Parts: sequence; structure tokens; C-alpha cells
Amino acid sequence: MTHTIEKIKTQRIKVSEKLVYVLETKKLNIYYDDFRAISEVNMKIERNKVTAIIGPSGCGKSTLLRSFNRMNELVQGSRISGEVLFHGQNLYAPDVDPVEVRHRIGMVFQKPNPFPKSIYENIAWGARVHGFKGNMDELVEYSLRQAALWEEVKDILDHSGLALSGGQQQRLCIARALAVQPEVILMDEPASALDPISTLHIEDLIRELSNHYTILIVTHNMQQAARVSDFTAFFNMNGDRSGYLVEYDNTNQLFTMPKNKLTEDYITGRFG
Amino acid sequence: MEQIALGYPKSRNGLKRRFRVGENAILALLFISGVFSIFTTIGIVYELGKEALLFFRTPNVDLWSFLSGTQWQPHIDKFGILPLFTSTLITSLFAMLIAAPLGMGAAIYLSEYASEKVRGFLKPILEILAGIPTIVYGYFALTFMTPLLRTIFGRDVVEIYNTASAGLVMGILILPMIASMAEDALSAVPNALREAAYGLGGTKLEVALKVVVPAAISGIAAAFIVGISRAIGETMIVAVAAGAGPNFTFNPFKGAETMTGHIVRISGGDLSYDSIDYNSIFAIGLMLFFVTLTLNLISQQVVRRFREVYE
Repeated sequence: MTHTIEKIKTQRIKVSEKLVYVLETKKLNIYYDDFRAISEVNMKIERNKVTAIIGPSGCGKSTLLRSFNRMNELVQGSRISGEVLFHGQNLYAPDVDPVEVRHRIGMVFQKPNPFPKSIYENIAWGARVHGFKGNMDELVEYSLRQAALWEEVKDILDHSGLALSGGQQQRLCIARALAVQPEVILMDEPASALDPISTLHIEDLIRELSNHYTILIVTHNMQQAARVSDFTAFFNMNGDRSGYLVEYDNTNQLFTMPKNKLTEDYITGRFG
Repeated sequence: MEQIALGYPKSRNGLKRRFRVGENAILALLFISGVFSIFTTIGIVYELGKEALLFFRTPNVDLWSFLSGTQWQPHIDKFGILPLFTSTLITSLFAMLIAAPLGMGAAIYLSEYASEKVRGFLKPILEILAGIPTIVYGYFALTFMTPLLRTIFGRDVVEIYNTASAGLVMGILILPMIASMAEDALSAVPNALREAAYGLGGTKLEVALKVVVPAAISGIAAAFIVGISRAIGETMIVAVAAGAGPNFTFNPFKGAETMTGHIVRISGGDLSYDSIDYNSIFAIGLMLFFVTLTLNLISQQVVRRFREVYE
């Protein structure tokens, strides 16, 4: 493939060599009106690694994930205190444009949600809104190849994205997120609505993508976290049903020798 | 183990189908309501057709001169529908010129931009606007819109009765209906699509115009069609403000009677039931019926072509 794509790659390398930590939260609290959903989270996310967020239902995993690209603000009554730093810059500073944040930090949702447009248009949408001037056909192919979907859809690019199977739809959504060339991809239980085979496809893809992207994944499935992630953060709820960070370590360490009794109970299936 | 009585009626033996009076009664009632509306429609078409047929059977009338004639002068046996038809077209065009963009704008604002509080305040007001009797709108056209047009464009340009004034006010009348229906269509678009678009870095406007509106296009088209049909069928405003005389003109500042306006004026007078004048209004009615029917068929095709199925 030609120079447009090469340029994209070199740009990414230039950015990524500078810093080891892409994202960092400092005393992050997230509220919905008066309810505090997330309490005092301090964590650093390492570049080009997969970081998994696990924990029982309702502990605020998704809420935390959505705070990394300011998707939380779409919910009325939500607000935060503390800081979320992206390359050292506070994403919640008054002069930061959430649209730009979401350009750099993409998102894949729990339920595949392709646009009711053709496969091609699904990929091209994000590129168009960001004023992509390069060769669109190339970008579409590149993104679909990265998402391991190209071979399956190359002859049906004009078909509706909704005509694909659930697993293919989710890979289309990943390709769509990749097409705007983010640095970070947030994944909110990306495989929970899929069958086991499609789930494996997605997990392979996540491993593959971590060579080029920083990935944060929320998952209910502990085996999945163990399989795909380099680091794992375990969250639990305190007495006020507010989520807090219990333990954060590299995945191997956390699953084999958890330091906290709660983590041990959770990963061995004693609660949650 | 011994069965514990929990207050259920004693279980019957076997799995035989039971006759349920309530179920069947409701089923019959629902069926009758459905059939009722079908028969009403058939009855209307029959009555229209029967009287219109009498009209077309009269010696001095034929279908071609009815469709292409530019004079509607019953007293000299001229029954050309074009003067009535064009003024209907002009008033409806003016109405849609107002109602389509403003209705769409209001719908997008209400569905995508307004906070819960603002929406809760604005939507009822919009619906009150839809509840004002059309005769009031008619006099609003005559006593407000016409003087306004005359001040802007000059008293010698704009006649007291004119189609532009009636059309513009008609636009205000159908605006809330289009806004409300289009808003329903936009609100029905799943939030997952909006999230996907925001997640890719779309701005509010891009999300609204490039994802939500296309996904809701079939509902929006339906809203427009209902609006146009309403404009074509609207009677009181044009009867009051558009003028009372068939006048073949494309000048919106001149008075010209629409199809509905003519029907209401003729049927309001003392006509005998077997006169050709009386029969002629059924021919006009049939024409109205065909116009709205055609619009509906066209819109169905358009919607099928551009629809984005999102589930």
C-alpha cells in the first residue's frame, strides 16, 4: 500500500516513542447527579499495551472507561472531579475540545452498532467528518485489513453494515474506529454480545492491534482479561456502591499472585 | 408429596383447548374497528365516483377538457380544473416552503439539542399551535399576513385576497404537525448510533445531520407527505383568505380559488341536487383524492429507495 498509509504509521511511531504512559488519572471521581459512581482513582495506562478493567457488575467500569474520551458528558447530570491526563494534558481542561479528544481516543461499544449505511460508508464516515484528504479507498481497505475483516467483505463493500453477522459487525466497528487513526481505543465489553468463535476472533484482533495502539478493555469475563491483557485493574464497590480501584498490576501477577484478599476472592469466583 | 392449595382454581384434566369468551369478544371488536374504517373509505370513494360519473356523463363535459381547460365557468359550461388546481398547487407550495424547513429545524432542535426541560416546555406549545381552529388561521391570514405582504410588496402588487398569504399561514398551521412527526422519527433512532458517531469524534451537528436524520428519513418523508396532503386538503384558510373566484394565474399575489375553496363555496350556496354545478364538485373531490393518493404512492417509492434500516 502506498505512501498515505506509510505516513500514518511513521506519525504514530513519532508520537508513541516520546511517552511510556499515554493516559493517567489523578484523584478521579465521577458523579451522576449526587451519586458518586467512581471514587478517587489513580492509575496510569501504558503505551501500546492492553489494559483490562475487571470487577463486579455496577462497580463503574464502563463509567470509568467513558471518562477517558469524555463520552460521559453525553449523559445528563454527569460530572467529574480530578484529572484525566492524556500525554500529560488534562482532558477536562476548559479549552479542550471533546470532539478532538474522541478523534484521538476512539471507542468500541458493547453491542455492535454499525451505521445503517454501506460497509464502505461506515468506515468513511469518521474520516470525512475529520476532513480526511487522502485516498478513501485505500483508507477503507487499510482499516478493514487491520480489523481482519477485509477478506470477508472486499466484494460486498456496498452492502449494508447491518447485513453482516454480529462478530463481523463488531470488527466493522473496530475498523471504523481505526479509520480515524486514534492512539487509544477504548473497548466496552466488545465481545459480550458475541458467540465464542467471534469472541476469539476479537481477542486475537485485540492482541494484534496492541502492537500499534493502546487499548483499554472493560470485560466481565476474567478468562478474557487473562488472555488478552498485559495489565489488569480490579475494581470493587465500597459501602456507598461507589467503584474504587482495588488492585492494579500486570495481568500475570494479578491472576497468579494477587496481593489483595478481595482480588483473590473475585478471580477465584467467590463473589461477583 | 401432598399438594398445597394456593388459591388456584382446581386444575382441569387434560390439555384440551378451552373456549375463552373475553379473548374472542376482543378479537371480534378489534376486527370490526378495522373493517369499519375500510368500509368508510370504500363508501367515500363510491359516493365520490358515483356523483362524478354523473358529471362526466353530461353532454357538454368530457374528461380531457376537464383536465386541461383553463376556465372554470359553470354558467357557460366551462369546466376546466386547471385554475383551481394551480391555486391549490401555489398555496401548498407556499405552505411547504414555510413548514418543511422550519418543521425540520424544530424537530432537530427538539430531538437532538434541547434539554429535557426545554423540550417539556416547547412540545406542548407546539401542540397547542396545532389545536387552533383553522378558521382562526384564516382570519389571521386575512387581517395580519395580507396587510404585512401589502406593506412589504406594495398595495398595488398584492391583492386583498391572494394565495401567497393563505399559503404562508397554512405553512404555520402544518408546521407543528411536521415538527412533531419528524421529531418522533428522530427520537426513535437508537442512541447506540449517536454514541457511535460521537465516539468517532463527530460534532453535534454532524451526528444530527449525517447519522440521525438519514436513519430517520422514512419517518421524515412520511411527515412531509402528511403535511402536503393536509395543505392540499386544507379548506377554511383558503376559503377566507385566498379569494372567491376561479382565476388561472401563477401570480401568488392575486386572488384565486383553490379546489377546496371552490367546493366549500359552491356547496355552501343553495344548489339543487341534480344540477351540473352540484355534480361538478364531486369531480373536484375525486381529483383531490387522486392527488393525495398519487403523493402517497410516490412517497412510498421514495422512502423505499432511501430508507436506512437500523435494526
